[in-house]
Amino acid sequence: MSAMANPFPETPPTWNLPYRGKVAMAGLIVAESAIFTIFVVAYLFYVGKSLSGPTPREVLETPIFYTICLLSSSLTVHLATKSLARDKVGAFIGLWLLTIVLGGTFLYGTGQEWHRLIYEHGLTISTNLFGTTYYSLVGLHGFHVTAGLVMLSLVAIFALAGRVRMQESRRVEVLAMYWHFVDAVWVVVFTVVYVLGR
Amino acid sequence: MQALRSTNSLARGPLSVLLSVIWQVRAAVGATPSALSPTNIFAPASTPAKSIAHLSIFVLVITGIIFVVVFTLLVYSIIKFRGRAVDAGREPAQVYGSTQIELAWTIIPILIVVVLFLATARVIHAIQDAPQPPSAIEVTAIGHQYWWEFRYPKLGVVTANELHIPVSDPANPTPTFLNLFSADTDHSFWVPELAGKTDLIPNHPNRMWMDPRRTGIFLGQCAQYCGVQHAKMLLRISVDSPEDFAAWVHGQQQPAVQDESVETGRRVFESTACINCHAVAGTNANGRFGPDLTHLMSRATIAAGAAPNTPEKLRLWIQDPNKIKPGSLMPAMQLSDADLDAVLSYMETLR
Amino acid sequence: MSSNAITNPGVQIDEKPRVDILHEWVTTVDHKRLGVLYMFSSLMFLVLGGVEALIIRIQLMHSLNTFVSPQVFNRMFTMHGTTMIFFVAMPVLFGFANYLVPLMIGARDMAFPRLNAFSFWLTTLGGLLLYFSLVGANGLYGAGNAPDVGWWAYAPLTARAFSPGHSTDYWTLSLLVSGFGSIGTAINIIATVLCMRCPGMKLSRMPLLAWLNLVMAGMVLLAISPLTASQIMLLIDRYLGGHFFDAQAGGSAVLWMHFFWIFGHPEVYVLVIPAFAFLSEIIPVFSRKPIFGYPVMVAATVSIAFISMSVWAHHMFTVGMNSYANSFFAITTMAVGVPTGIKIFNWLGTMWGGRIQFKVAMLFCIGFLFQFLIAGLTGIMQAAAPFDWQLSLSYFVVAHFHYVIVGGILFAIFGAFYYWYPKMSGRMLSETLGKWHFWLFLIGFHLTFTVMHIPGLLGMPRRIYTYEPGRGWDTLNLIITIGAFVQAIAILVFLANLVISYFKGAMAGSDPWDAWTLEWSTSSPPPAYNFASIPVVASRRPLWDLKHPEDPDSRYE
Repeated sequence: MSAMANPFPETPPTWNLPYRGKVAMAGLIVAESAIFTIFVVAYLFYVGKSLSGPTPREVLETPIFYTICLLSSSLTVHLATKSLARDKVGAFIGLWLLTIVLGGTFLYGTGQEWHRLIYEHGLTISTNLFGTTYYSLVGLHGFHVTAGLVMLSLVAIFALAGRVRMQESRRVEVLAMYWHFVDAVWVVVFTVVYVLGR
Repeated sequence: MQALRSTNSLARGPLSVLLSVIWQVRAAVGATPSALSPTNIFAPASTPAKSIAHLSIFVLVITGIIFVVVFTLLVYSIIKFRGRAVDAGREPAQVYGSTQIELAWTIIPILIVVVLFLATARVIHAIQDAPQPPSAIEVTAIGHQYWWEFRYPKLGVVTANELHIPVSDPANPTPTFLNLFSADTDHSFWVPELAGKTDLIPNHPNRMWMDPRRTGIFLGQCAQYCGVQHAKMLLRISVDSPEDFAAWVHGQQQPAVQDESVETGRRVFESTACINCHAVAGTNANGRFGPDLTHLMSRATIAAGAAPNTPEKLRLWIQDPNKIKPGSLMPAMQLSDADLDAVLSYMETLR
Repeated sequence: MSSNAITNPGVQIDEKPRVDILHEWVTTVDHKRLGVLYMFSSLMFLVLGGVEALIIRIQLMHSLNTFVSPQVFNRMFTMHGTTMIFFVAMPVLFGFANYLVPLMIGARDMAFPRLNAFSFWLTTLGGLLLYFSLVGANGLYGAGNAPDVGWWAYAPLTARAFSPGHSTDYWTLSLLVSGFGSIGTAINIIATVLCMRCPGMKLSRMPLLAWLNLVMAGMVLLAISPLTASQIMLLIDRYLGGHFFDAQAGGSAVLWMHFFWIFGHPEVYVLVIPAFAFLSEIIPVFSRKPIFGYPVMVAATVSIAFISMSVWAHHMFTVGMNSYANSFFAITTMAVGVPTGIKIFNWLGTMWGGRIQFKVAMLFCIGFLFQFLIAGLTGIMQAAAPFDWQLSLSYFVVAHFHYVIVGGILFAIFGAFYYWYPKMSGRMLSETLGKWHFWLFLIGFHLTFTVMHIPGLLGMPRRIYTYEPGRGWDTLNLIITIGAFVQAIAILVFLANLVISYFKGAMAGSDPWDAWTLEWSTSSPPPAYNFASIPVVASRRPLWDLKHPEDPDSRYE
């Protein structure tokens, strides 16, 4: 065997494959995007088709402030992960907590808006097509924000207990990817509901 | 008719000429009902069904040729390249692929797809976008769980489950155009020898047409699962000569027969919950949930074809619909025998 | 009981208590064990789904039969379809993917073993939830009973008004739960294939099974999600007063159809692409040649994945879309036949010039080729939309898709069992019983599903619990039923083969077929860690290179 071509291949000098955490999160994001797309399509399909009840133009108020909160939280989470990658754990914790506060504020804003819509305008999920599609789409997004906040809080607890260091920055980045996705979805939902759908 | 002309222009080239000849022969032969089945899609008696059948034969021939070629290659390769004992231990030539062959068996299928698509698109437009001529008979069909409501708005006729339409003479066409609606779940109107099926969907009106070329009875049934008794939502279309059709319409336009001898029965009918669901023109029964009964006796079947329209079956139906069509939405009226007989006699007068 | 435990002489090893073995299996995160668990689970549901099919066939044996009531019949066809697609086909294919992908790419396990286990148990829970509906409380019109809305659950039949009680909710929730399991497995497969390949295994050197499961997993992410979304919408309609599909509030029944088929059509490609993967591994080995046109096979599969996302409304040709929409979906549906045909030709090209060995696994693959060819052609017939205006919603369609799923996918799955059972268990399946299985099933399959095209052409719609005499359907339905029973016997032979061979089958050794991919380089069954040391590869057929050092593939790739 040694006289002929060597059947045992050489190990290639470098063999770098992507980090599986990021690939998995990308896969999850693809699946979630497909779910959101269906809700967005339903929303757009039913624009203007409600037979009765309040219309978007009558009752919606554009949530500029809360949108700014949420979109800034993308910036803070990005800076947080960059800090952790540079082993600046203090900065990481501060920015991470700020992300949670901003996300929580957004959620509060959504709750406030829903309260107003339900009690002042009588718009619920069963009122008309607008109510059904609005609460489903915004609610699905809010559910994802909530799930994200729970995960961010868990990491915050571990960080405050001193368990999150530079070695964990890859994993933290995976969670940050999810948070960026949640924000990107909000950009789409915002455009569809408050801009196009009016 | 315009539609028929455009499908005939499919004829180009020797293969299509051959198909046309075969088709004309079949058409002449197919002028009589199919022996295999009264719902045979290859026994078309109306233009849409004929266009479809013509296209279908074309597609069948092409796919048949593809099948024969590939099947032959498969059988050949199994026989010719089977491993024999004498070959044991030796491997055949390790061939990895061939760009030319790949190109060939990519391009040829693409060409076949183009041809099939052009033929298909032509028939789609011919059938779906056919304009409605002024001489058309208009029928509004409303699907219910588990019966068909038919209204002829321009003729003032309301009936159920059995349609009468005139035969259409190509020289002077009188096609029937149906507008399809649903009162509850999804249904589908399918009478194979007259047309392809079209669904009846709530809040989504549809349109279909047919121009039957011979008189006779044509059968079909609901094709979209609509609930428990989907299987018994049958269709019965009577294609009449123009005179017979006019006579039928005239009969249907009359209000209900007033017969004093069945006064008792009529009173039972009008004082029980019957009138909540059923209508009898010219009386105070005007329920819309169930079939219009004004001319019940002009129909050959009851319960959307679930039973023949005989006194025994009608009596059984009124007594307990679940005995004939379990799950149907007509409740058992719990009538006494006397009341039942009275109502039955009343129904028998509704010609 | 696995293991190549190396024993020291003189050391006593006690037999493990049964409870411990059970515990190991229930808590396993090993991809091989989870693969086997998926297979067990799907075989169990196969029997249930098969019984449902036999009940349907007995009822339809002749016109106006009264074997079961219409209510029971409607539950049977709903449960049969739902069970077979979601709890037989998908799990068994995920099971094979789980077992084989890490072995074939030279990895020790999937990327996320715990997610793997979680996904399996979610899927199984979904199946149990669906069947729990049978013992749910009875109510008005059996409203607390098994779902009876058909496996597509069209609106508005699924609205509370038309489906009271909870039977529809069992359909919705069981699929919602198992859908999350499917998404988990898909994410796992993608991460495994992209991140865990052994050194030297570039994507262009990966076995086709790994490639095709990667494509399938991507499709699962895009296809299952619309179903999940629709089911959430249905639950909102049924329980929160929503109006997504409520015609009275302006909602659209057609919207459900679009959303469902945007899931439903790619779903059938999710089922068939792993079957293609089996063929692409088995046919070369039993033809003694490499797969013909490897790059084209990858490209064709990717094209199929893309094009198949654009054909969904060919299930809706009768719904009343305008002629332009109908034409669009007609041409995309015909177009997807082109790459599919290319794959058939490439398998033929693999066999061409080879030295074909007619082992049972190969017999099933040849059956696939024959039947999938026909299924594809009847698909093309239905792509011609006007032809579909007659064929749709009739027994022609039922015949077509059973040709694909049973004549195609199930035949490929049987082939996979015969091919990889030796690897999984260390024993060969009996070739004699295998041949009985094959021929009986082939005869039964054709008696049922070839004949079934004819009632469709003669106007018999689907989902009817009985039919009128005098339509010309009686004798045909009788033949179809007989075929169903022949298939049932064949399945029993197969199950018997699986069990008997486990105890009495010939020892397989690590490479009984003289094959060329990495799973055959380790023992049968493989140890828990798969490979003693992670392999390094230089071509698509590393074992061919080892066995033929004078003419390795690495010289030509």
